[in-house]
This record gives sequence, C-alpha cells and structure tokens, in this order.
Amino acid sequence: MPGKLKVKIVAGRHLPVMDRASDLTDAFVEVKFGNTTFKTDVYPKSLNPQWNSEWFKFEVDDEDLQDEPLQITVLDHDTYSANDAIGKVYIDIDPLLYSEAATVISGWFPIYDTIHGIRGEINVVVKVDLFNDLNRFRQSSCGVKFFCTTSIPKCYRAVIIHGFVEELVVNEDPEYQWIDRIRTPRASNEARQRLISLMSGELQRKIGLKVLEMRGNAVVGYLQCFDLEGESGLVVRAIGTACTLDKLSSPAAFLPACNSPSKEMKEIPFNEDPNPNTHSSGPSTPLKNQTYSFSPSKSYSRQSSSSDTDLSLTPKTAPYPQGPRIYLCPSSPSLSCGSLHLKKSCLLLSESSLPPHHSSLVSPVLRKSVSFSEELFLAASGMGSGSAGKEGGPFKALLRQQTQSALEQRGGSPHRFCRRREFPFFTLTAFPPGFLVHVGGVVSARSVKLLDRIHNPDEPETRDAWWAEIRQEIKSHAKALGCHAVVGYSESTSICEEVCILSASGTAAVLNPRFLQDGTVEGCLEQRLEENLPAGCGFCHIPYDELNMPFPAHLTYCYNCRKQKVPDVLFTTIDLPTDATVIGKGCLIQARLCRLKKKAQAEANATAISNLLPFMEYEVHTQLMNKLKLKGMNALFGLRIQITVGENMLMGLASATGVYLAALPTPGGIQIAGKTPNDGSYEQHISHMQKKINDTIAKNKELYEINPPEISEEIIGSPIPEPRQRSRLLRSQSESSDEVTELDLSHGKKDAFVLEIDDTDAMEDVHSLLTDVPPPSGFYSCNTEIMPGINNWTSEIQMFTSVRVIRLSSLNLTNHALNKNFNDLCENLLKSLYFKLRSMIPCCLCHVNFTVSLPEDELIQVTVTAVAITFDKNQALQTTKAHVEKSLQRASTDNEELLQFPLELCSDSLPSHPFPPAKEHLESASSNSGIPAAQRDRCSSWIELIKLKAQTIRRGSIKTTVTVEKTSPMGEGNFRNRSAAPCANSTVGVVKMTPLSFIPGAKITKYLGIINMFFIRETTSLREEGGVSGFLHAFIAEVFAMVRAHVAALGGNAVVSYIMKQCVFMENPNKNQAQCLINVSGDAVVFARESELEVVSTQQPAANCQPACTGGEVTT
Amino acid sequence: MTSELDIFVGNTTLIDEDVYRLWLDGYSVGDAVALRVRSGILEQTGATAAVLQSDTMDHYRTFHMLERLLHAPPKLLHQLIYQIPPSRQALLIERYYAFDEAFVREVLGKKLSKGTKKDLDDISTKTGITLKSCRRQFDNFKRVFKVVEEMRGSLVDNVQQHFLLSDRLARDYAAIVFFANNRFETGKKKLQYLSFGDFAFCAELMIQNWTLGAVGEAPTDPDSQVDDMDMDLDKEFLQDLKELKVLVADKDLLDLHKSLVCTALRGKLGVFSEMEANFKNLSRGLVNVATKLTHNKDVRDLFVDLVEKFVEPCRSDHWPLSDVRLFLNQYSASVHSLDGFRHQALWDRYMGTLRGCLLRLYHD
Repeated sequence: MPGKLKVKIVAGRHLPVMDRASDLTDAFVEVKFGNTTFKTDVYPKSLNPQWNSEWFKFEVDDEDLQDEPLQITVLDHDTYSANDAIGKVYIDIDPLLYSEAATVISGWFPIYDTIHGIRGEINVVVKVDLFNDLNRFRQSSCGVKFFCTTSIPKCYRAVIIHGFVEELVVNEDPEYQWIDRIRTPRASNEARQRLISLMSGELQRKIGLKVLEMRGNAVVGYLQCFDLEGESGLVVRAIGTACTLDKLSSPAAFLPACNSPSKEMKEIPFNEDPNPNTHSSGPSTPLKNQTYSFSPSKSYSRQSSSSDTDLSLTPKTAPYPQGPRIYLCPSSPSLSCGSLHLKKSCLLLSESSLPPHHSSLVSPVLRKSVSFSEELFLAASGMGSGSAGKEGGPFKALLRQQTQSALEQRGGSPHRFCRRREFPFFTLTAFPPGFLVHVGGVVSARSVKLLDRIHNPDEPETRDAWWAEIRQEIKSHAKALGCHAVVGYSESTSICEEVCILSASGTAAVLNPRFLQDGTVEGCLEQRLEENLPAGCGFCHIPYDELNMPFPAHLTYCYNCRKQKVPDVLFTTIDLPTDATVIGKGCLIQARLCRLKKKAQAEANATAISNLLPFMEYEVHTQLMNKLKLKGMNALFGLRIQITVGENMLMGLASATGVYLAALPTPGGIQIAGKTPNDGSYEQHISHMQKKINDTIAKNKELYEINPPEISEEIIGSPIPEPRQRSRLLRSQSESSDEVTELDLSHGKKDAFVLEIDDTDAMEDVHSLLTDVPPPSGFYSCNTEIMPGINNWTSEIQMFTSVRVIRLSSLNLTNHALNKNFNDLCENLLKSLYFKLRSMIPCCLCHVNFTVSLPEDELIQVTVTAVAITFDKNQALQTTKAHVEKSLQRASTDNEELLQFPLELCSDSLPSHPFPPAKEHLESASSNSGIPAAQRDRCSSWIELIKLKAQTIRRGSIKTTVTVEKTSPMGEGNFRNRSAAPCANSTVGVVKMTPLSFIPGAKITKYLGIINMFFIRETTSLREEGGVSGFLHAFIAEVFAMVRAHVAALGGNAVVSYIMKQCVFMENPNKNQAQCLINVSGDAVVFARESELEVVSTQQPAANCQPACTGGEVTT
Repeated sequence: MTSELDIFVGNTTLIDEDVYRLWLDGYSVGDAVALRVRSGILEQTGATAAVLQSDTMDHYRTFHMLERLLHAPPKLLHQLIYQIPPSRQALLIERYYAFDEAFVREVLGKKLSKGTKKDLDDISTKTGITLKSCRRQFDNFKRVFKVVEEMRGSLVDNVQQHFLLSDRLARDYAAIVFFANNRFETGKKKLQYLSFGDFAFCAELMIQNWTLGAVGEAPTDPDSQVDDMDMDLDKEFLQDLKELKVLVADKDLLDLHKSLVCTALRGKLGVFSEMEANFKNLSRGLVNVATKLTHNKDVRDLFVDLVEKFVEPCRSDHWPLSDVRLFLNQYSASVHSLDGFRHQALWDRYMGTLRGCLLRLYHD
C-alpha cells in the first residue's frame, strides 16, 4: 500500500440555484478516486455551504496515484428524484508525488460543468502520504519531475542531458462508442475528459519509467498532445528530453515553503526516492542511481512490458502500446502498417540563396533541388553516417562519432544500446552555454497516413511505427547535414476525416558531448587545446563538409572570427543562443500559404495531399527567404512550419523570428527580373517595384536598427581562394563527386536574390511581400522567448489568446483569393492585437504562437497565444553601455556556474559506472592521437572542440576561488529573500500566465509541478450565450480561471511555458449547438520580484538579455 | 470573407475606459464605433475601422459577461473567472452604479416598480439618455433598494457593504432609497429648480435626525419587529410633532415668538419689514407642515409644502440667503425663551433638520 491520499472538503461558494422554489441549493459532495467514493453530508438550503468534512482517506498504489485524477463532484440533493449534478473538479495530484514540488493542494477550485461552464467554487484540501516501497520493479515513476519549459528550468542545473523520451497511448474515443448514442452529452463529455486525464497520467508515468531507466530524474521540454482521430480512436502522445537535474543551492532553497532536507524527510516518509536530487546538496546522480543499474536491464524491461498489458483502464477496449519497443527496422517503413503509406520528405536547410543562373531555369527543376527526392536523401544520409570518416573531415567525423557514442551508449548494457540508440533528439530550444557546438539547419519530415480503426488493442504499434519512421527520417536528414543530433525537436499532426499528416521538425546540430555523458572525454582531449573559442559565432559555423554539401549553399568565412565557414542564411527551430552576437532587433516573420485540393476519398485524397506537400514546403520556404531578405536579416530562429489539412485545401503557416547575426554575411537585396524585356511599360513597372523593394529594405534596416559595421571586401575576400585549394586537395583523397565541387565553384559572391516575374502569380508574390505592414511604432514581435535587442523588460506582462474564424465565400475560390484571404486574416489579427495592447507601448509581443485549423469546408480558424511585455525605452538608451561592461562581468559568473558540472562529473560519475563508456573513450582517444598533425590543421571543428576544452579547463582552474566568493553574496540573498517573502505573499490571488520560461523582473524560486488540463464545453443554447464568439470567449476565460485556480491551490503565483496545445471548435448554428475542446499545459511556479532579491537580480535578466548586450558591443 | 468568430481573452481582463463609458451610456456597437472614429482614435493609432469594430465588439462582450457580476459587486471581487486588478474592479463598479443627474431627477421619489419602468421610454425621450442606460440606472436603483430594504443599521453602510461603492456614491444611493421608500414628491413644476444634490442633502439630514435609527434608539428587544432603522421616518416623532401646533394656535405664544425674533433681528436684517409683516404666515406654514406629517400624503408633499409655504414667499420678497439664515436661526432659537412651550427637544429635532433643508432649498 504505497500511498495514502487524503482529501477534505471545506466549503463552497457562489453555487447556482438548483431549487427554483426556494432559490437555494441542498449541496453535497462526492469524492472519488479510482473505484472508491466518499460523500459529504448534505448542507441544506445554502448557496455557500460549509461542509467542513472529515479527512477522506484513499489507500492506493502509487501507480494509481500517477494515473488517476481525483474527481470531486458537487451535487444537489433531491429527496424525490435523482440528485442533480452541479459540476465537477478534476485535480491532478501528480505534483504531490515528488518531494520538491507542492506538499499540499489547498484552495478554491471552480466547479465546472461541461454544459453550463463554471458554477461556483469549492474549497478543497488534498494531501498525499507516500510509504516506503521496496519493490524495485514497480510500475510507478513517482519522483520524476516534468517540465514543459524547453530549457533547463531556472532553479536547476543540468548534470546530464540524457536525451529523447517518447511514448504514446491509444484508446477508443468515448464520443464514438456505441453507448454515446444513449447517454447525455454531459455524460459523454465527462467520460472523455476523464479518459484523457487517465491516459495522460498513464503516459506521464510511462515516460517517467523510461527516464528512471535512463537514470535521469526529470523530463524537460515535455510536450503532450492529443490526436482526436475520430472513429479510429484517441491517441495521447508525448515527447520530452530526459535529464538529470540538480537543484541549484540558490536562495530559493531557503524560502519558507521550500525544502530543507530534514523537513522533507519528515513530511514525506518516502525513503526510496528514485530522484537522487531531492536534497539540493545531495550527491550527484550516478551514485544513488546505482540501484537501477544493478537490476538486470533485461528482466526489468520484460517486467514493464508484461505489466503494461495487465494495467488497463477499461480492460475490454483499452489498447496499449508495449512499454519498451524496439525499433530495429526503421529502414523498411512499408512493413509497419497495412494502410497506405505515402511519404514525401522535405528538407529545409540553412539554405543559401539560389545562384542566379539556377533561378533562371524552369521552376520544376529548381524546386526539385530544394525539395529533395528521397533518393537524394538516402545518398546524403549514407554519406553522413557511414563513411564520414574518410570523407574530407576526419576530425569532424571523430567528433561526431564521439558524441554519437555518447548519445547512444549511455545505458551501458548491450541491450540498452540497441534500444536507445535511435533518436538523438532534444526537445529543448535553449541550452546551457557551451552545449551547442554547431547548427546545421532545419530538418523536417512529413508523412501522410490513412487512419483506420485500431481494431486490436494488442496491436497499438501502428502509430508508434509511423512516428518511428518519421524520426528515422529526421535522423537521416540530420546526418546528411553532418550533424549527429537534432535540437528544438517537435512533432505535430493535422487530421481531417481519415487523413492524417504527421510532421516532425527540428534543428540539426552538433552538440558538446560532455553534457550528454560523464566527463570522460575531457581527459583524452586536453592536450589539444589551443585557443579560445570565438564567442558568439561558433554555432553558426557549418557542421557539414563543405565539399559534400547536401544542398547548394553559399559559404563564406565567418564575419566574426574569420576562421570558419558559415552559410549566408541560417534557419533554426531553436531560440537564439544567449551568447550569439546579434545586430539590431529581431522581428516576427511569417509565410502564409493556401492550396486548393480536390475533395477526394481515402487513398486518392492521401495521394493528392502528398503530391501537394513538397510544393507547399518549397513555397513556404521561398516566402520566408524573401521576407527575411526584405527585412535585411540573415537568420531565422524558432521556425515552426505548420501544414494543416482540410476537406478541400491545405494551409501552410510558417512563423519565425528573423535576426541579423553578426557572424553571417550581410544579406543581398532582392532583384526583380522581368521575362519580357522589350515591353517598355512593363520595364517601368518592374523598376518601380524594384524601387519599392529597395525602399522597404532600407526602411526595415532602419526600423530594426540593423547597421552592421562596414567590413572591407578584401578582408573577407582574401581567404577564399585558400579553401578552394584545400578542397581540391581533399577531393583527391575523398570520393566526393565533381558535381558538388563544380557547384561550389559556381557560387560567386552574390549580392542579390533574384525574384523573377514571369507570370501574374509571381507578380502577386511580390505584391504580397510588400503588403506585410510593420507593427506600429513602439511595438515589436517575435515568436521566440526573448526579443533580440531589447533587454530592459518591466514587470508588466499580459498573456492572451485570440481566436478568429472566417468563412470563405465558396464561389469560385482560387488559390490566389484563398491566399489573400488567409494573409488578410493573419495580418488583421496582428493589427487587432497591436491596437488592443496599445496601452502597453513600448512593448513586445513575445512567443507569438499561431495555430491554423480548418474545422469545416469553408472555415479557417486561427488561434494566437502570446505574451505582451512592456519595456523601458529610456532606460535602454542609458544602459546599453553599462550592460556591455556588465555582460563581461556576467560572462565570468556564467562560466563559473557552467564549469561546475564537468568537474563534478569527473569526480562523481567516473567511479560509479566506469566500465563500458570509459573503455570506449580510451579507444577513441587512442585513435585520435594516431591522426597525423598535417590533417589536423584542416579540421576546423576538431580545433573548436579543443578550444572548448581549453576553456573548460581554464575555467576549472579558477573555480575553487570563485565559488568561495559566490557563496557569500548568495547567503546575503537568502537572508533578504526570507525577509521579503511575506511581501510577495501580500499580492495573493493574482496568478500570472506566460508562454515564456521566465517572468521578467522576477526570479522563479520553485517549480511546483506540471499543469496539464483538458476541458470540453458544449452548449445547446448557442444564441443565448452570445453566439459562437460569446461561447468561446467565456470558455477560454473559464479555462484560464481553472488553470489559475490550480496553480494557486498548489501555492504558486504563476504559470510559465504555458501553451494552448489544442483548441478544437465545432459549431452547428442551425441546431443552436457548439462544442469546444481545449488542452493547455504549463509549469506552475513560485516567483519573487527581483526588487526583493536584489543580489540575485543581476544573474537572471542577464541570461535573457545577453544577445542584446553583445549586440550593443558591436555597434558601439 | 466574413468573420464568424473573433475573440480576444487576456489573462488579465482588458478594460478600455472609453468603451466602457460608451457601453454604459447604452450605445450599440455600431454607434460606439462611429463615436470612437469621431474621437480621432484611428488617426492616433493608425488602426482601421475593422480593427475598431472588432475591438469594440470584444469589449462589449466582456462587459456583457461582467454585468452579471456587477449586479452583486462582492461577487466580482471573489470570482475567479476574470482576473482584474482591484483598482480596475473599483472603477468598473463605481462607473456601473453611477447615474445621470437628469435621469435621477425623473425617478426620484417614485415607486421603483414595473409601472415606473414602463415610463422609462418617456424619460429616455425627455432626457436624451438612451433607453438602455435608463434601464440600467433604474435597475440599479431597484436592486440596491431591494437589497437594503430589509436591512437594519445605517443605510449608507449597508449600501457600501453590499455594493462596494465609494462613500459619495453610497450616500447618493441612500438618498435615492430613502426618497423611493417615502415617496417624496419631487416632480412638481415648482420643484423643478431643485437639483438631485439638494434633495440628497435633505435626505441625509432627515435620515440623521428624523428616522428611528437616528435617535440611537437601538431596539431594546431585538425580536421586536421594528421598522427599518434608516429607511422610515420615526412614526412616534411624527405623531409628537402635533404638539407643535400650539406655537401658532396659541395667539399669545405666536405674538411672543414674533416679538422675540423681531427684537433680536432689528437692524440686522435687510428685509426686516417684510419679515415682520410675513412672520405669522411663515411660522404658520412651518408649523403646519410639522403637524400634518402624520398623514402619508402630506409626508409625500413635504418638499412641495416647504417650497410653497416658505421658499416662495421669501423669494418673492427678495430675501437674500444670509437673511434667511439669520431669520431661521433666530426663529428656532427664540422658541427656547417661550416659557409656556414645553416641547423644546421636539422642536429642536424638527427645526434643526428643517432649517438645514430650507437653507439648501432656498436658491433660484
């Protein structure tokens, strides 16, 4: 009996009138967990009942604790007829299961009914006592922390970042069960809510198990999604990044509510805590985790798979994927499912502008070169992985191998080796300094599938196989880019009837192995360290071999360090690295696209879609590139391309934040070329357009303060011939094709990107480029966490969700009209936002997240969630200089913080499991040293790695002295913090919500657990509730309220990394009905205003505004 | 392309004060947009009319949803659905319960019933206030009335506690409730020159002095069904006022009173001769008002009587306000020197309030 759940129902307020005669209510409460139900007494004739119940105690398995939600139902007692339900509250008790989070849930929860919305509130207290569980093979994973935040949470430090974890759970959708025909809509909605709650609990538990197995203690960047597949079922899937986190011994630990180890132990008699980091000062991971590594992994996994099948929520129907799956055959995808399998892949690379003579070719050819055919890919990946060693960059390859081995061999045992090696993916978008070595470019893969009912619960692997396939593709794309890992990884689906598009995207990258594993590499490489890594440009340097570039790209020497090659444009899905040197400010860039599609059934439909996809990807990409050039910028961050499928059209929406990276070359302008040169008026028109474009570029440069330092051509130009020679040299050794070299040679120094106007379509494209209106002055927008170039955020934030649905006039829709409608929709939406938030000027919309869906034939729905943050304009001017100095100081503090881990790793983790990894590395080290020195010179990334090492070591040497210094201000900070805490509590009631991982002007002192909520709302009186707008407005407000209430009950005052993952809206105005499903998640936290934590304050915003500071450094 | 659905929901509910005012004033979305366009907001912000339309719709929707809560302001404070900073909450409530002078003058003293509600059309046409706004204001009066009607204790405190209004507004509502409860006639042509402020001032004085709660006679027996403390006039007091009749009925007493007042004011009053000539009429008028207050009808006509019997005669003789003040002070004080008059306390309670009221009512 590993756990006791205790619940007390205190009181209710603002209950609805249930008895018309007396205008009062006789309320009582049912408390249900699993199959046990308790009831309170009836509190007669009151709208504000005081039950003050006893403690209801549930004795349950911790497995159930993780899976099941606590269900509280408020009812109106009726002597003669059946009791009427007033509403329900579902409470996820997961945050109580790990010791660092909340210890009690207590507060007012809105009572929610799926038909009536919120009807009053109920005050509930929930506690959990966990008992000692000696069963090592248990199925629960209590203690694993979950974070939605896609970076290392602020009050933790990453000891090891293990890597990708994923899981999915499938079930029948209650809405489509036969019983749905005879039950009320309310019962059906509640069944759905409950099922999803159960499934996500189960999913989280299973992911937790995987993390424990990897010896991690946390999942960061946890993203859980629902696929409502209709008839064919309900899929809940999640991905995340397993990490071993260590709580920073920051002032946070001394906050009243926080854990001092002794207190913790008393409150939660849970000795066998699987999470080794409960005690902030505890020993590092591997030692404690040995328990797990002792258990033979084979038996462990068998155990988990067998019990997986035992454990079912509704035994008759529930289909389950087996816990550990082995993806041994990803190369034969057609094997995985009987259904039609169509796949078109597309690779969006950090692609350079196409050479002028190429663009003058007929378009299909051009397109082909971008949307790679599958064969090209296979070739590319083969090159990237298998024979990388002998091709050109042996040192690069070495680095790759090392990291790859780091990624793949963490488990140690051979069994694990084959299970986990698959996907070196990371859902993180921001990383500890030094983690990211190079960025290759965006990799994405899409696949069109036909959904069919999951007939056999024992065969839930279809979905798994689908995803495995996609991931495999992503992995091979990354390899083609010379990268061994994918960061900023995410997955999504778009479903219309029986067709489903699965998409995955991420950024191919080369990572620093020391974060992925213990620090064994360190020792072997020390000898090679030479000089410092160039700051702020390292990640831009190409990871791939310039002779075997998988795509035509235009390389130059890095404008920052002048030593490494960089592409002329860089696309990524991650946030801007904090150390990147940026010039000017950034801005939101969107590409929008619609394509009509014939209505079709099943396979024909799927074929049509998959034929359209590559063209859409290509056009979206071109649009992005054009807009980027128009802004005078050279890099995109946070790129997210969403392709949505509808009955008769496909929509593509790409959002990203454009910036000017100092390391990349200045983007050339856009040149317009006409097709019919003899026509005079036409020429004039062209030149007019050209002028407009040039003006726009100049205006944008001014607007975003892009004024890179002038660099004389010679400096850049001179080293270019050298690599050519080198490349020839290398070519003789390698087998790289002549074609590639030719291509490389053909790239001259290009100034302009040529847009060709050969038909009206192209003309429209150019026009649409110019129609994007810049935000009004005082407004900036981006879809990343922070806006490059702005650093002085004030504490005023406003998170919002805006939804728009438009109905297209169905008469002769053309692609062009559709595009215009869609473009107008998005632009108007943005304009509305700017207008609404005008009182916050100067302000920046951060993390602008657009979602498009096509609920019906002629309906387009766009949902935007973002946060507006005001900043202080005047202060910005004054502090720029001061910041430069500060940033330098800070850099040193940062370093010292970062260097804690490698060192500790060396000392702590080496003894714990020294066998296979150490051996591996000794081998690799020996092979390294065998490489001739002459070759070594040529290998750029090798040197970089060495530089990195050098840096670490150097930092390491100062470490001891600095830490001493560090402790004293920290101590002071604690002291102040403690005294300031009551002040922070005085503003009880306000719960901030933000999609960002931080709160400006404040420091997060504690993470209370993940919030993951799913709601359904239905109405049969749509008109009475104010029509569709009134209905959805009220519902979203209610969802916010419920999220806030849960956070407040956990003792928190904010939700960070908030995301509305789903907002499915369906209406039937004729029947006066509507239904909406919303799924939101985020991390509940406690924050304290920085003014109260003066000492710490320098650190927190520092990390956020670093790019800005460095940007300032360059411009001044 | 038509917009089917268009919403904006902030974690902190956005309140636009200007739009709120337009909404409270009862303008339709279309009118509100037109008014906003006229205010030049488009030029200031560079927005389009469509944006303005969408923004106005959105705010209207929000206000519509908040209205339910505004009907019981404490609910607005405790509800969880809309996160609104306290200062904004106060603003929402205060503005919602604010009323138009023109409107309140029309319904002051009327029964807050369905019948009156039907007349709102006429009031709307007459005052130029939209019918919607009239309805809101009327419903506010009625709602406050209903809530505090049955309550004990200070009227102002009750209003303040249950509607979280500012002190000033709570006092105004107390006056409105008091007038509605006692049905004082305020609509006669004679009374048109009086503002709501004049009446509210009188109401406050009367609540303080003439009601049951005023005397501090907290019911000794809590179970006894005492009339609402602050709402109704003290019946016993009204009954006792009959005793004042002697001041005018007894010829000697009246003459003595007159001579006392005249002696004291000789040379101090600009309108002395007029006062001397009119004394008996004025005194008779003031005392007769007191003695008639046992009848409900006469209570209702209190202000009509005061204006007819005192304000108008003085005004026709062009008494300056300072002289009115001197006269009234002396008039009430001199009674203490009347040996044969035994109801000094009663006289003070009556005249003290009446003097305040008359001074306030005495203007053009």
